Parts: sequence; structure tokens; C-alpha cells
Amino acid sequence: MERRRLQVRGVRKRRELTAVADRTRLIHPDAILAFCTIRNEKPRLPYFLEYYRSLGVEHFFFVDNGSDDGGPEYLAGEPDVSLWHTDAWYRDSRFGTDWLNWLKFRYAHKHWTLTLDPDEFLVYPFCDTRPLPALCHWLDQSGIRSFGTLLLDMYPRGPLSDLKYCEGQDPFEIAPWFDAGNYTIDTNPKYGNLWIQGGPRARVYFEDEPEEAPSLNKIPLVRWDRKYTYVSSTHMLLPRGLNQVYDRAGGEKASGCLLHAKFLDSLIDKAAEEVERRQHFARGREYDAYYKRGQTGDGLWCNWSERLTGWRQLETLGLMSKGNWA
Amino acid sequence: MSVGFVMMAHNALHRAGQVARHLADHDCPVVIHVDRRTPEADFFALVELVRDKKNIHFAPRIACDWGTWSLVEASRGAAQMLLDLAPDLNHISLISGACLPIKPVDQIVEYLHAHPTTDFIESVTISEVPWIQDGLGEERFSMTFPFAWKRQKRLFDLWVDLQRRTGIKRRIPAVIAPHMGSQWWCLTRKTLENIFNDPERATFDQYFRKAWIPDESYYATLARRHSDTIESRSLTLTKFDFQGKPHLFYDDHLTQLRHASHFFARKVWPGARKLYGAFLGPKARLTDDGRAPQIGLDRVFSEAVARRTRGRPGLLMAGRFPNEGFENHVTAAPYAVFHGFDDLYADFQIWLSETIGTRAHGHLFAPENVEFAHGQAGFSGCLTTSAALRDYNPESFLTNLIWNTRGEHQSFLFSPRDSQGISKLLARDPNAVIAAISGAWALPLFRSGLPIEKLRAKAARLQRREAAHLTRLRERRTRARVRIWTLAEVLENPTEPLNIIQEDLSVPGAAHAQTLPENLPMEGIDLFLQELRNAGMNPYTAGSFGERNAPIVDANTQTQAPEVLVNQDKR
Repeated sequence: MERRRLQVRGVRKRRELTAVADRTRLIHPDAILAFCTIRNEKPRLPYFLEYYRSLGVEHFFFVDNGSDDGGPEYLAGEPDVSLWHTDAWYRDSRFGTDWLNWLKFRYAHKHWTLTLDPDEFLVYPFCDTRPLPALCHWLDQSGIRSFGTLLLDMYPRGPLSDLKYCEGQDPFEIAPWFDAGNYTIDTNPKYGNLWIQGGPRARVYFEDEPEEAPSLNKIPLVRWDRKYTYVSSTHMLLPRGLNQVYDRAGGEKASGCLLHAKFLDSLIDKAAEEVERRQHFARGREYDAYYKRGQTGDGLWCNWSERLTGWRQLETLGLMSKGNWA
Repeated sequence: MSVGFVMMAHNALHRAGQVARHLADHDCPVVIHVDRRTPEADFFALVELVRDKKNIHFAPRIACDWGTWSLVEASRGAAQMLLDLAPDLNHISLISGACLPIKPVDQIVEYLHAHPTTDFIESVTISEVPWIQDGLGEERFSMTFPFAWKRQKRLFDLWVDLQRRTGIKRRIPAVIAPHMGSQWWCLTRKTLENIFNDPERATFDQYFRKAWIPDESYYATLARRHSDTIESRSLTLTKFDFQGKPHLFYDDHLTQLRHASHFFARKVWPGARKLYGAFLGPKARLTDDGRAPQIGLDRVFSEAVARRTRGRPGLLMAGRFPNEGFENHVTAAPYAVFHGFDDLYADFQIWLSETIGTRAHGHLFAPENVEFAHGQAGFSGCLTTSAALRDYNPESFLTNLIWNTRGEHQSFLFSPRDSQGISKLLARDPNAVIAAISGAWALPLFRSGLPIEKLRAKAARLQRREAAHLTRLRERRTRARVRIWTLAEVLENPTEPLNIIQEDLSVPGAAHAQTLPENLPMEGIDLFLQELRNAGMNPYTAGSFGERNAPIVDANTQTQAPEVLVNQDKR
């Protein structure tokens, strides 16, 4: 059984992790947890922590994959962070999924759990007035175990290098634009999840090979159970029932957006580094594309780009849904 | 004369305690029943929280299962206790720990004082009114339910199934008529005492003990037997979702709750600090007279039900991806497809946008790239002109285009030269209005002036594609509105399709163009088609020329009913 195999894999990979700061004793039974892998992403961390703290995340789990920019030291000093370190290969751990699967197996049982990249910011219906505990409480009441999202790529107007991102800054101040309606959807018969592609990356980088464009379907929020496991990033889970975050009879299930603050000036250096490392999905071919394009300075912005104003806008545009949460 | 409260609590006890203190502060005695299953520590924290209030009491704790008799037992015990403790009470109100008073307590007391003999309890007959959102109806009273639905779900379902199969029914005691309604009531002392001291109480207990969700029917039924004046409504505002679970109230509902006409709201999310602060805090503002219409909340919640069950037509997203046949409209709005027209008429696109007020695109599915209106390099929603992106998922491309332009009518040109990936979607989409001239593909070939031998294979390919598409549009299950002319018919009367388009498709307010588009050169097309035929390629979709009464060449050339665009949906 694939689920068992992935679990065993995660458990084996635990040997690659060394605890740097373990504050897991402080976790309350009903705490909402966040899990994240980082590599040289120090400038992003302060705002990331601030954003999710204000939404009601109580404890953060980080796996540091060999950063040398002071990020781990910063995280180790935060009161609500537990940190692990590894120098193992990102690719061999299925892009960090194995490491985080193990940490969740060990610490997240029965908790509402967010699995994120440091450039992903969850937006859901009513997120300006109702914190995450309200969402999780409602999901519990409705008997829902997992919450689906669209990964929404956000970008600045003009070339990436034009605006400098400062540590602690809200990235969407400089990258407030997004594509509103060019997403393609299909189902993945093997795991039952949706397969969503499109957005600015497909439009600009993958114009000629759309099938290679990155997946934008993500299920980052799960009422975790030891029996669960992510298959690939947070795109899909096992058991398959957890991937049923969409309605097939015509209705809309409540869903959110993961705002993706990937396209900042730091991406240019990052792309150069990753092209060297070849540690990312499909050997980082996505980064190849950014690297080439980033240097020529073409922006992702176009005449039809929308500027973010809030969750209600995303809801009206049909990028997320209130479902029957009112 | 005053009012006392029985409060049923099982979690978020700090909120229950806060509400109880608020009521007690206004001289209303409160008896709290805490579920036996609630952890001891939580219970004692609550006891500690209200220790200084002499008019808050605790009823003996009973283990409660949702939907079972235990809830009636618990509320009855607590109500009896309250009657005994406070002999001057005239009304007893049953609330839950998740209820929030949304009117000043004085106003509640005053209101009840003005109606000293009225029992406020929602009580309707099940056979006449569909009160239940989702679940068991009359079977609640004719079956037995010994299992807890939440804890023993499988046994519960098996047992219900067994009773349905065998058809065994219970007898309802002759002296009562089953009624039901919200379990949150406000009854007079007299009615309550009569219910509790009913000589047949043992019979009723015996009966309701095995009924389903007796807390929604026990009081509703017995109040009918004992009350003089029933006002059949609950003083507690409760809204149910499509599965019959109560909607929760949050901080952002504050304004609507202020306008609600009820005295309590249920359920409130325990974390709704602003709500609890606004209604219980020291600066709790006096609300208006409650006569303001309650439209706000009603609409919010009925919209939520609609969104969850029917969704927004034509939207595909992370939370909505309907199976084929469940779309409730494949696309978001009506649009028009003109098949073959631009091969016949000059500047047809311009004429279209002037005449029927549509956003007239060119060949959106042209093989080289997407031809948006006015030759734009992109379109609403950041759609691009890349044919590769479009052809990767042509159906998504079209549904996106229509979704992105809600409010503006769209139309586009189509031809067998175009990529045919949307053919199936067009056929099953009731929003698609398709006008087609079959065989028009022959005109550009004819005008190219190339020798027949070079065109033959191409003509055959185009005709094959067109025939496949038109066959789909003519199927019985096709839901698009389709009108097909053959090239031969149009050449005989070139203005007919244009007139029909103008009459039938004009967007309201569009200025009708007085002129019709000119025909492109087509002298000798009949000879060209004959040449094709001579070369062995029968261009049957073009129809038959010259002799209108001649037998039709192929079954597929049969045209639809001659009148205006037929809505096949209405068959």
C-alpha cells in the first residue's frame, strides 16, 4: 500500500533530522500547527511568522535544509518555533515532504495542521474578521477534514529586479497583481484530487509546453491524523478521501487561496542558485525558465492583471468560495 | 413576576458562564445543566466562575447524547429545579450555552411581562409543514431510536433501515398529536407545571423516550395539550444550513444581529469576542426596536445554502468541479457561435458587433493563435493568444472566457479549419447559440484559385471535421440552440441568416445596423463544387445547387426546422 510505503519512508528519513530547538512541550491539545521547510529564506521569515501568528497559528515547525544566511539562528530564538536541521538532499526527501511527514506523524496527531512554503500565505473566506480557529472550528462542526486552495501566483508590475523586498515587509505591497481567470482544471484519477494549472507562470514561462506548467492545487490545511501522509508537496494526500475538497454535484465547497509571494527580486538570485543545485521538482526546470526570463527582465504583468484588494474580491472572481460558511 | 433561564451547556463553558452571569446580574435566576460527559475540570472552572452569584444554580448532571431522550430529561430536571427554587417566576426560558442575548435583558423581561399568559414555543404539525431541513420526518414518531446517532452511527442506520423494510410502526398515544419545533422555548409556569404533573406523564415518557430528537417534539407536543395561548415562534434566532446543522454567528454578523427581532441568537462561535463584548459588555449598546427587517441575515444564510448546493453556474475552481451532467449550466452566460459566416460575408465581425451589441471575437480557436476582438494580445482574466495554451484545455479556455466576461455578451467565429476541441462542450451547453452555414469552408478554397487536385484532400478533411461537429449539434441530447443552413440555401437567399441573427440575437439596447454586410465574391462556386464532385470528393454539407427540389444527397444535409433558432431544450 502506497500510504504505508510513504509513511515508512518518512519515518526512515527522520534520521536525517537533528533538533536545533525543540519547544514541542508547549503545544496545547487544540493548537493549530504550521510546518515548513526553508533554505536561505531569512528575509521572508519575519513577515511569515507575523502573518500566521495573527491568524492564530500557535506553533511553527521548521526544517532548515542547510541555510547559511542566519535564518536558522533567527528561528531558534523565537518562542513559538521548533527547528530541525538537515544537510541531506532536498530532492531525495521528495522536496521536503518526507521530513515534514515524519514531524507531523510525531507531533501533529489530532491537530489542525498547515503545511506551507515560506512564500505561501493562506487567504480564506472572512479571514479579515474570523481567525483560523474559527475556520477550523467550523470545519470540525461540518465534519470536514481538509481544506482546499488555489495557489495564486502574485507578481509586481514590471521586472522583478525593480522593487526591493525588505525583511519584514508585506510582500503583497510590492507584488499585488494576479491572473484572475486563466486556470485549467482536470482531475487526477489516481488520487482523486483536482489538477489545476495556469496563471502567470503557464502564461509566460510555459506557453509552449503547458503540460509542464506547475500544479496550483494545494491542500495545506488538514485535521491531521497519524494515518495521513502527503504524496507530493501539498498537492495531494492519502487516504484519497482527503483530496475531495471540491464538490462534484454542482455545488461549491468552501475553499481558499494560497497567495504565492514567489516573484520578488530575491527570486533572481535564488533561480541562479537552484539552476546550479538541481534540487527542485523536475530537476528545477521551472527555475531554468525563471533564470532565463528573469535576466532579460520581462515582467509577468499584463494589461489584464488584477490588483489584489481582499478576500471578497477573490471570492467574487471565483478563485475561492465561501461554500456554506456564512 | 419575572423570567428565569434554564441553560444547557456542554462545551465552551467560559462563554456559558459569561452569559449566565449577565442574566443573573439582571435579577434573572439561572439553572445550568452541564453534560455529564464534559470534563470535570471544565465543570469546576465554571462553578468557580459563577460562585459569587447567588441566583445561579447547577442541575444534577446527566450524560447527554444529541438527538436522544437524555436531553429532555436534563432540561426537565433543570426546569423543575428552577420552578421550585424561584416560586415567583412566571416564564421559564430554555437556552443553550452557545446562546447570546442580543437584546437588553430588561427588554426581554418587559416583553414577557406584557404577555403573562403566552407560551413562546415553535410548534408545528409534521404532516402539514416541511419543517425539517435534512433528516427524518414523520418517521421520527413512528419508529424507535435506541442508538446514539453521533456515537453509534452504523447501528443507528441499520436499525432505521430494518424498521423501514419490515414496516413495523409504533402507536402514537391517542391523546396527543405530535408537533415539533425549535427546542429553545419560553413557557409559562402554568404550562410547564401542567406538563410536569400530567397524569399520563408516564405514558408520554415511555413514548418520547424512543422517539428521534425528542427535545424538538416533547415540549412542542405537550404544550399544545396544556397551553391556552401558544405563539408558535422561538425567541431564539437559529439558522440551519443545508445539512440541518445550525449556522454559527461571528463578529462580522454584529450589525445584522442588532437588527434581528429575536431576543437570543444561537449558535455563537466561542471566539467571537466582539459579539460577546457588544452584547454583554459594560457598554452594551441599546439596540433598535427590532422592527427593522431581518432581510440581512435571512439572505446571507439562504445564499450560503444556494452556493453550497447549486454553486455559481459556469464556474470551475478549487471547490467546484462538477461531473458531466451536474454543471447547472456549463458556462456562465449565453454566447453565440457563427460557423462559416465570415467565409461568406465581408467584415462580418464588425457588422456583428454593430448590429447585435456583442463582443465579437474572430476565430478564437484558429490553429495559429487566438483571435480576440480588435486583435488584442490578451483578454479578460489574462487569457492569451497562445494556441498551445488554449488547446491544452480548450473547454477550460471557453468556460474561463465566458466566466471572465459576465455581463457582456460574447460571440466568436468558428469553422472546420479551427481546432475542434470545444465541439462536445458546445453541444451540451444550453448557453450556446450556434448559427452555422454548412459547406462554407469551400469558399476560401474556391477563391484560392488552386487546381482541384491540390485542394481535394484538404476539402475532404474540412468536410469530415464539419460533419462530425454538425452531427454532434444535431443529436437528440444536444442542449445548445442550433440553426443550420447549407451553403446552397444561403446562396439562394443571402440575407435570411443575417435577418434571423438580427432579430433573434440582438442584445437589448443594441442599435440595429441598417446595412447588411456585403457578400464576398462567390460567382462560380457551384461549378467549383461540381468539379470537386467530379474529382471524387462529394461536398455534401454544402447542400445541393440549382435544383432545390432534387433529392437530398445525404441525410446529414437535412436542415433543422425552418423557423428561428430552435431551442432544442424545449423539446
